Amino acid sequence: MHPAASVIIFNTFSGLGFGLLFWLGLGALVPTGMGAFIWFTIAYSLAVGGLIASTFHLGHPERAIKAFSQWKTSWLSREGICAVFALIVMAIYAAALVFAGTHLALIGIIGGIASLGVVFTTSMIYAQMKTVPRWRHWTTPAMYLLLSIGGGALLSGQIYIAATLFVIGAVLQIFAWFSGDTRFKASGTTMETATGLGDIGKVRAFEPPHTGTNYLMREFIHQVGRKHADKLRIITIGLAFVLPAILLFLPFNHHIMAIPAVLSHIVGVLTLRWLFFAQAEHVVGLYYGKR
Amino acid sequence: MTQLPPPSAKKLGLVIDLDTCVGCHACVVSCKGWNTENYGAPLSDQDPYGANPSGTFLNRVHSYEVQPAQGEAQLIHFPKSCLHCEDAPCVTVCPTGASYKRAEDGIVLVNESDCIGCGLCAWACPYGARELDAKEGVMKKCTLCVDRIYNENLPEEDRQPACVRTCPSGARHFGDLGDPESDVSKLVAERGGFDLMPEQGTKPVNKYLPPRPKDAMPEFDVLAPYLEPIASDGKGFVGWLDKALSSLPGGAK
Repeated sequence: MHPAASVIIFNTFSGLGFGLLFWLGLGALVPTGMGAFIWFTIAYSLAVGGLIASTFHLGHPERAIKAFSQWKTSWLSREGICAVFALIVMAIYAAALVFAGTHLALIGIIGGIASLGVVFTTSMIYAQMKTVPRWRHWTTPAMYLLLSIGGGALLSGQIYIAATLFVIGAVLQIFAWFSGDTRFKASGTTMETATGLGDIGKVRAFEPPHTGTNYLMREFIHQVGRKHADKLRIITIGLAFVLPAILLFLPFNHHIMAIPAVLSHIVGVLTLRWLFFAQAEHVVGLYYGKR
Repeated sequence: MTQLPPPSAKKLGLVIDLDTCVGCHACVVSCKGWNTENYGAPLSDQDPYGANPSGTFLNRVHSYEVQPAQGEAQLIHFPKSCLHCEDAPCVTVCPTGASYKRAEDGIVLVNESDCIGCGLCAWACPYGARELDAKEGVMKKCTLCVDRIYNENLPEEDRQPACVRTCPSGARHFGDLGDPESDVSKLVAERGGFDLMPEQGTKPVNKYLPPRPKDAMPEFDVLAPYLEPIASDGKGFVGWLDKALSSLPGGAK
């Protein structure tokens, strides 16, 4: 799959933002007044900034309002509804803390859970794709939720929870990668089933339908950079999980070490998301004799 | 709504004969010609006369080489367009309701004024039947020439998809695959028509007919027996010469 910058930015930063909103909503920290204003500004900038970035890959973003209508079948529609609901509920919770110094615990819990709902519905957009066997697995939503909750814990300064979630995240991500490596083959879709010509013999793409490229090849067949996948996996685990966990437990002031820890985590997650797309193979590539 | 309608009795679709397709791409050209100037947004091209031409097509012809365990390789031309699946995954993922399957005849269409161009339907389609038009920013796909097949302004023989009408080798057939008595259904039954990627569970309406088995060319050359390799058990001078040359360094044994 083509790793579009807008979608990688959306997945990374909105995940962090909604993760922070989750912890704020649950009352892991209950700031008031100016402090609350700064916390919620950070969370909303990340969550909403990511959502805005995601609209850059749309052909007609001005019609985005129509995307709230098909929640019965479409995970993308559910994601949109969930995002608007979570942002409105958390805005009420935040306004009470900032302007009245009042802690509306129940509203916060509803908003916090809805924030995770956004991350879950996002992950299901990918996990539902039968055409991309690597994504169609329980590890896809599990990793989205872990990264969001872990990143939110890091941002909100809960170092023990963050470190624990990072250890689990690293192990689960390694499992997701290695189990994912075999899933395309296990899906049973081959050039022979794609063309129905397997009864005759071994199928090879002889001539593509056109001399140039097309939308399908640009969007679904991405082979550039896969040769560095192993190195990028090690870099991802190091930057997203291991380095932030180490930095948090160095015998310095947490607040100073938090900045490199957060930056390292963000760069790590951006790499992770790039790999999530670049390594995912769509079955349509088989028609072009490619993966 | 993008919920799929209950399976329709009428299932309009194509039957494509891989035995007769000659790979001329006439269906590709007639499809683009009709659909760029009729239903919905035109099918744009980018850099059509330049170094990197690219464009939107609703129908494309691949060519495959198939190597049997025994015998010669076969070259098979393979036209591919929307299969108007009964369980169309492209319809249910659409967030706006732009993508839909018609309850009356099973044709899968895009309402372009509702399409936000998110591309998710193309992700969900295993066949590569949908292409996002780079200029219009909306999803394009085969309409089964819905503006021809019911069009009473056209002469009756033209009321079929442009690709079917134009095919010079009769490799494309249009009809109701929901009716077991229709010509296309009988053709599928007779020739063993099959689904593409059945394991994806999309239940395509369009069917493909397999290439017929190749017959073996019999040996009929009357002179061939006289061109057998020369006997190796030569006698006399020729026999001596053969042995002498073979015994030289690098000689044939």
